[in-house]
Amino acid sequence: MNVLWLQTAGCGGCSMSLLCAEAPGVFDLLDGAGIEMLWHPSFSEATGGEVRALLSAIEAGEQKLDVLCVEGSVLMGPGGTGRYQMMAGTGRSMLDWVRALSAMATHVVAVGTCATYGGVTSAGENLTDAVGLQYDGAHRGGALGAGFVAKGGLPVVNVAGCPTHPDWVTETLMMLAEGVLDTAALDTLGRPKFYAENLVHHACPKNEFYEYKASAEKLSQIGCMMEHLGCVGTQAVGDCNIRGWNGEGSCTRAGYPCINCTAPEFEEPGHAFAETPKFAGIPVGLPTDMPKAWFMALASLSKAATPPRIGRNAVSDRIRVPPSPKARS
Amino acid sequence: MTKTLLVGPFNRVEGDLEIRLEVADGRVTAAYANSPMFRGFERMMIGKGPEDALTITPRICGICSISQSAAAALALADLAGAEMAPEGARVAALLHGVENLLDHLTHFYLFFMPDFARSGYAGRAWHERVQARFLAGQGSGTRAAVAARAELFHVVGLLGGKWPHTLAIQTGGVTRAPSVRDKARIGAWLAGFRRFLEREVFGAPLEAFDTLADVAGLERWSTGDAGLFLEAAQDTGLAGLGRGPGRYMSFGAYPVPEGRLFRRGMWQDGAVGPVDETAIVEDLSHAWMLGEAAHPSAGETRPDAAMRADAYSWCKAPRLGGETVEVGALARQIVDGHPLAVALAGEGGVRARVAGRLLEIARTQIALEGLLAGIAPEKPFMTDVALPRDGSGVGLVEAARGSLGHWLSVAGGRISSYQIVAPTTWNFSPRDGGGVPGPVEAALVGAEVLEGEDTPLAVQHVVRSFDPCMVCTVH
Repeated sequence: MNVLWLQTAGCGGCSMSLLCAEAPGVFDLLDGAGIEMLWHPSFSEATGGEVRALLSAIEAGEQKLDVLCVEGSVLMGPGGTGRYQMMAGTGRSMLDWVRALSAMATHVVAVGTCATYGGVTSAGENLTDAVGLQYDGAHRGGALGAGFVAKGGLPVVNVAGCPTHPDWVTETLMMLAEGVLDTAALDTLGRPKFYAENLVHHACPKNEFYEYKASAEKLSQIGCMMEHLGCVGTQAVGDCNIRGWNGEGSCTRAGYPCINCTAPEFEEPGHAFAETPKFAGIPVGLPTDMPKAWFMALASLSKAATPPRIGRNAVSDRIRVPPSPKARS
Repeated sequence: MTKTLLVGPFNRVEGDLEIRLEVADGRVTAAYANSPMFRGFERMMIGKGPEDALTITPRICGICSISQSAAAALALADLAGAEMAPEGARVAALLHGVENLLDHLTHFYLFFMPDFARSGYAGRAWHERVQARFLAGQGSGTRAAVAARAELFHVVGLLGGKWPHTLAIQTGGVTRAPSVRDKARIGAWLAGFRRFLEREVFGAPLEAFDTLADVAGLERWSTGDAGLFLEAAQDTGLAGLGRGPGRYMSFGAYPVPEGRLFRRGMWQDGAVGPVDETAIVEDLSHAWMLGEAAHPSAGETRPDAAMRADAYSWCKAPRLGGETVEVGALARQIVDGHPLAVALAGEGGVRARVAGRLLEIARTQIALEGLLAGIAPEKPFMTDVALPRDGSGVGLVEAARGSLGHWLSVAGGRISSYQIVAPTTWNFSPRDGGGVPGPVEAALVGAEVLEGEDTPLAVQHVVRSFDPCMVCTVH
């Protein structure tokens, strides 16, 4: 299976994250899975005219293209021309290239939340009219249109994340190579379920604090960040805390709230990223699949029952009160 | 006879770059660097709460996101008249140093050296050895470097959650207080990285490279991949290729309570003086930007959607006191006064730039080991900072590629202005109102264009020696 990788209007961070793949490293992994990179902007030797010849051959149907990976938003502006991003050396916009090459590919994979839904590139007034490949924010549409289906029968596969975890990308490619990624393997926003069926909350090391609503009041304290610091790990999809990042990391493990970077429109939460919006002192964004009244009832009970160890640790920057070993009876 | 070459897509740089070359008698006579992509991060910030800059601006760039974080945090601290908790500053410097160190490594193994493996160099004495080490995606050196890189990024995973777009660096410090155990583990990763550097990159103790004091000593260096580079550089004349303006600037890298680990200053005519940051002006004459030339504290970002014909890039043209300056690892080490770097200041071409980067790899590893040793886990890593509702601030740091500045103003608790001048904005700027080319445009003049080359190898060496980060350039 061959792959062409294009970078549209993003930061290149999903490629840089891909290089952090481990056990095995990305090049060994691709080799082992029989995946050949026809061209990647960061890793390939070919440049300039060699690349233009490759792209022309794909467009003309002379070179088969199994997977087109696109990293970055597609800029529709100014005025629908796409001229805010021209592909160097070609006199054509990336919008034009992405549409032309998508039509030739067996599968199209959007890598990262810019390519999936518009992402940070579409933040604020979005003066470049940045969109995702098949979504404009949470709405179907985008550069390829709502109804786009690649030759292989799948809509755009949305490997959302800002950035993507390297394994999300490599595992998606391996599943495509194996022929086991079908429409049923994607969630309602086009994301592979193998990671989108988990919540960031799962395996979060702050779960004990969450159980008791023992909350951090400021960044750098180790309590749960849902109540005051904007953490939406209970609503955000991702297996970040199950598989870990860069060895053993995750945003919440490092004391930063989950900002739901795998979701459409995460870039505009409508409040400060590290602040929980509240109504009458109660967080507005409670877990979506739990009746609010139940949540409130359980939360007030668990708060009342918070052990002093957990309450004190929650507002400290490290464990101040260790658990006491259970006495043998 | 003059002909025109349009070079692109220009890969193995971060982001989008197109270069128009005018060529006569087998040499480049003029070059025009175009950043053909515009996103408008500076405009995204307007109207947002100031702390949102800490989440948004790192996403300017996936290769130096921590640099953007650090600049935003310093700008907010300046706005508040505050400083990070001392231990927080040390951890922020550690995170930033790891990113810069690994940027240099990525550049050397994945971006720069693969050009020497190209078939155009077949038959050279070093070519087969270079191919074995640096063939894109395949070379033994490439794969070893990618593995070592992923492992050292565990430091960022542990302290910052993930890389890139690490959100650990905040105005008052960092979000995670490392424990004694964390410190020990980070020490193990740093030691592992030193082993990789000494075995593969230098083939000798780091301190031996750090003590090189002159060009003759550098030219005698024969071990490791550094030795292989120097052999190829000698054979291909890279010392005399791609000279910069000879004016080197550094904002000084890694602010810690004791000062900056690498000094701040402006090197010109053999001497270091202060950087007068009030003399920075961004010229818009050849950028697709509307408005007047201005200091970043008064600048604006209004794209010219009509893309007028007398402009050719989305990149603004920053000038210091009206002149171009070169920024980057070589500049930083010259300003810091390292004897080898100072000896290379006059050479100032492709070899000097890459050697400056290798020198900084050695020195940064040593500095990070010292930084870690000085971290006291029992102390606080974050202080409370209250931001004023009105005011302004500036954050000046050194990204791997050079000097990065964030200038922000806040009115009524909201960002009213945010301007960024990135390292590659300095190096890859278009011409200014006086017609003076940017550093890379000038450095390309004289580069050899062989018969039949549509993407001249000499041009690739020059451009990549600056390690451009085009997504930062235009933000």
